[in-house]
Amino acid sequence: MEAKTKDLWVFIETNEDGSPKKVGLELLNPGRDLATKQGGKLVGVVIGNNVAEAVEQAGIYGADQVIVIEGPEYQQFTTDAYVNALTYVVEKYGPTTVMIGATPNGRDLGPRFSSRLRTGLTADCTSLDIDEETGNVAWTRPAFGGNLMATIMCPDHRPQCGTVRPGVFKKPEAGENKAEIIKEDYHVAPEDIRTCILETIEDAAGEMVDLEGADVIVSGGRGMGGPEGFNTTLKPLADLLGGVVGASRAAVDSGWIAHAHQVGQTGKTVGPKLYIACGISGAIQHVAGMSSSDCIVAINKDEDANIFNIADYGVVGDLYEVVPALTDEIKKLKEA
Amino acid sequence: MNILVCVKQVPDTTQIKIDPVKHTLIREGVPAILNPFDGYALEAAARIKDKNPDTKIVVVTMGPPQAVAVLKECVAIAADKGYLVTGRTFGGSDTLATSYILSHAIKKIEETEGAFDAIFCGKQAIDGDTAQVGPEIAEWLGLPQVTYGLECEAVEGGLKVQKEAENGKQIIGIKFPCLVTFTKPSFDPRYPTIKRKLAANRAKFEQLGDDFDSTMDKAHYGLAGSPTHVKKSFTPPVKQGGIKIKEETGAESAAKLAKILTDNGII
Ligand SMILES: Cc1cc2nc3c(=O)[nH]c(=O)nc-3n(C[C@H](O)[C@H](O)[C@H](O)COP(=O)(O)OP(=O)(O)OC[C@H]3O[C@@H](n4cnc5c(N)ncnc54)[C@H](O)[C@@H]3O)c2cc1C
Ligand SMILES: Nc1ncnc2c1ncn2[C@@H]1O[C@H](COP(=O)(O)O)[C@@H](O)[C@H]1O
Repeated sequence: MEAKTKDLWVFIETNEDGSPKKVGLELLNPGRDLATKQGGKLVGVVIGNNVAEAVEQAGIYGADQVIVIEGPEYQQFTTDAYVNALTYVVEKYGPTTVMIGATPNGRDLGPRFSSRLRTGLTADCTSLDIDEETGNVAWTRPAFGGNLMATIMCPDHRPQCGTVRPGVFKKPEAGENKAEIIKEDYHVAPEDIRTCILETIEDAAGEMVDLEGADVIVSGGRGMGGPEGFNTTLKPLADLLGGVVGASRAAVDSGWIAHAHQVGQTGKTVGPKLYIACGISGAIQHVAGMSSSDCIVAINKDEDANIFNIADYGVVGDLYEVVPALTDEIKKLKEA
Repeated sequence: MNILVCVKQVPDTTQIKIDPVKHTLIREGVPAILNPFDGYALEAAARIKDKNPDTKIVVVTMGPPQAVAVLKECVAIAADKGYLVTGRTFGGSDTLATSYILSHAIKKIEETEGAFDAIFCGKQAIDGDTAQVGPEIAEWLGLPQVTYGLECEAVEGGLKVQKEAENGKQIIGIKFPCLVTFTKPSFDPRYPTIKRKLAANRAKFEQLGDDFDSTMDKAHYGLAGSPTHVKKSFTPPVKQGGIKIKEETGAESAAKLAKILTDNGII
């Protein structure tokens, strides 16, 4: 496809209630910068049902224009409805760049959409820039389980597309909403949606957790020694800090906690403000999933554990002594 | 049922070390393994076959000739047949180009094996971690897709796939033919039996070379046919270890940490 504009588009993913997911708003931050360098507008694309809130927020966080596609068929994410809708507007307006949050739905939608347009997509980026020489977006992402970073460009195809990891960028400052709203009346026929959600199993048993959206994660590894400590030792600290409990694969594989809690290459990639790793050695596959956390605290008995190499604050000691004491201390400081 | 599983040989990224001087990956001596997620996809197929014994499982891999090792491994685990797609002109392909080649290979293999009801992929390959090839194959072939599958069940005319969703799980209904990518379920793939291992050692695998399909457009594969290009690669800057806290007792360390975290406005 030929680009018709120099505009940069950010896909603002919505929840079922029409509110925006955090990552879409986060992407407006680097998006503003790149759009300015590319000499085009910053455009938010919102697909969903009753999405007034997402549209409003996109404007507040800096979009010059918001393109909206609404309909009951978009209430829940389906690959077919979303890919058809996104492809329609992208072909109509011809942006030069499209950024999508690397959420589960974003990573389902992204490659399907980009391949329909026969263009390139860089997955799960953690840093973004404009290549001075060519003006292309330089997408940087981890590979080989975080052992290597690669900077990738898409020089001859448009739009250039990438999925970007949640939690890497901060939301921009809220400002005055000056966005121009464009409503597109585009609908997908029921027979063109080829999957059907038969059942949604909500996280009643506390099995699922929103690791990607959490500001604080308290994670336990093999050093927990068993399942009990997750509830009796880590959970109280996580609750106190308004966070959630995570885990290493060793803990998950031991059956101490559900896979949904796993952080790392074969688990979730997270970027909280605070990550507290308890009894985790810091294997590269674990680190790959949490190294972009703002502040990393490690608690480990073994002074030479790898996790200390990436921790901002490392406590050498037994987690069963340190964590409860830490919880008490923080309680005291908060009350004081 | 007729199921195709796409598998890839990848370096065991747990064994990769960084050269401390040159800051490059040391790949020598790193074992090549079956991409773990592809093992889960194969297990999902095997579980369908457990219930529906007339199911046929075919595996395909694209890679250098030695990638035949993962085909053998898959036959030892559960596959009935395997195909190797290998050609010099395929080298340098990005995910879009790889999926283009694989989608043509799948059409070719269907001439021998019959149409596939379902194509299974891993969620992602652990060397690139892109998670793009599965959905891209689905697009080239015009198939509906489900990603992040955990397990699935064959029902009349299609599949019921349990998938990981953001705040829970979902059961998705999808009709044949379709493509599903799999993430880590709560179980591991089965171990090969001795009997299957022996059979795998004897197995012969058909190769699809550079010219297996003359209708393929060079503009869509290989380095030149790939829309994305790696501009540079580098090892991530090593973060200097921060402040170590090691007081007399755990409680004292905890108190010190709590103070630092509060003083710095982290909590
Ligand atoms: C393909 C592949 C993918 C993988 N994906 C992931 C992934 O997504 N996530 C992941 O986490 N791993 C993953 N792994 C596994 C990874 O390589 C490590 O095996 C795993 O992370 C180790 O977990 P751990 O740190 O909890 O256990 P260990 O390495 O056994 O470390 C336990 C630590 O606890 C400390 N300890 C013990 N008792 C105490 C105590 N009382 N107080 C304080 N400290 C204590 C020990 O000193 C030790 O450092 C993957 C591996 C492979 C091959
Ligand atoms: N070269 C290949 N040969 C066969 N299947 C592949 C190949 N590359 C990727 N795949 C399949 O696509 C999935 C996703 O790979 P990726 O997009 O590279 O992360 C893998 O888990 C495989 O099922």
